[in-house]
Amino acid sequence: MRIGILCSRVRVEEKLIFAAFEKAGIMPVHLDDRQIAARIGEFAPEIDVLLQRSISASVGLAAAQVFEASGVQVINTYMASSICADKLRTSLALAQAGVPQPLTEIALSHNAALEAIERIGYPAVLKPVVGSWGRLLAYIKDRDAAEAIIEHRAVLGGVGHDIYYVQEYVEKPMRDIRAFVVGVETIAAIYRTSPHWITNTARGGVASNCPITAEIGDLCRDATLAVSGGEGGIFAVDLLEDPDRGLLVCEVNHTVEFRNSIEPTGVDIPGRIAQYAIQQAEIVP
Amino acid sequence: MTNSSVECIECGAALNLPDDVIRGEILLCADCGAELEVLSLDPLTVDLAPRTMEDWGE
Repeated sequence: MRIGILCSRVRVEEKLIFAAFEKAGIMPVHLDDRQIAARIGEFAPEIDVLLQRSISASVGLAAAQVFEASGVQVINTYMASSICADKLRTSLALAQAGVPQPLTEIALSHNAALEAIERIGYPAVLKPVVGSWGRLLAYIKDRDAAEAIIEHRAVLGGVGHDIYYVQEYVEKPMRDIRAFVVGVETIAAIYRTSPHWITNTARGGVASNCPITAEIGDLCRDATLAVSGGEGGIFAVDLLEDPDRGLLVCEVNHTVEFRNSIEPTGVDIPGRIAQYAIQQAEIVP
Repeated sequence: MTNSSVECIECGAALNLPDDVIRGEILLCADCGAELEVLSLDPLTVDLAPRTMEDWGE
């Protein structure tokens, strides 16, 4: 059984994961994604399972493809990761599985975007289809703001900036829920509380323990199955509490950051991640 | 903390390394705030860490 961990920048999370493997008596191979050069058709890494932890989404996706092509089981799979990395694909997968999510429209031109925002109603939220750490999100209060954002994107935008992912703003109670899934089980959850409408802990949201209810567990399992083709994996599911509709899945993350969630939940998240990877390695044929 | 230390590439201040430091880890210089990446442990080598890219993070 040979397990590799692919990363470049070793964040707190990666360091904790390495320590968790060591505690389990296993020394994983530390692979630096910046040193990967794989000849197509001949790449033969000496590992059975790869825990993909690249800080760069695009690098991680490329790596997942070449490792999978060489027969390595990658956690998470390329398919699941590529869905999670793309908000449009995530929304489509959730919709296909009947998982509740905020009202969302995709618009493929600047004019169509304004129409979509008007249909969604104000306030609305504009998100990049591919983005992270809450960057480039726009909270649109009225038509003036919508026109300003769209004009900026039309004039300054690059490739892909005429693809608009428009979502209703959910009047959440100054917080959202981040739930951690290993396999298909929700092992821990936190509230992320912030006076700002963006609640990411990377943007200052404060973490506190969120009890895992049956509703949270069921919804996270369904979301995980939807994005992973039924396989499960290691995910963080972001949930919004709508006062009328209950919980809605906002997004599913495939390279989970958990440094702020261990203490409030009391759950050994890196230990559970290592345990899952070891279990997967043991069943590799 | 270990007795191992390294000089900040940016300001020259001495940074103490944690006992469990590993390759790829990011160290923050308390004097100038620079982020340094541990490139190797033997010999101990650091350099300025790469700047955040648009697709970094979850």
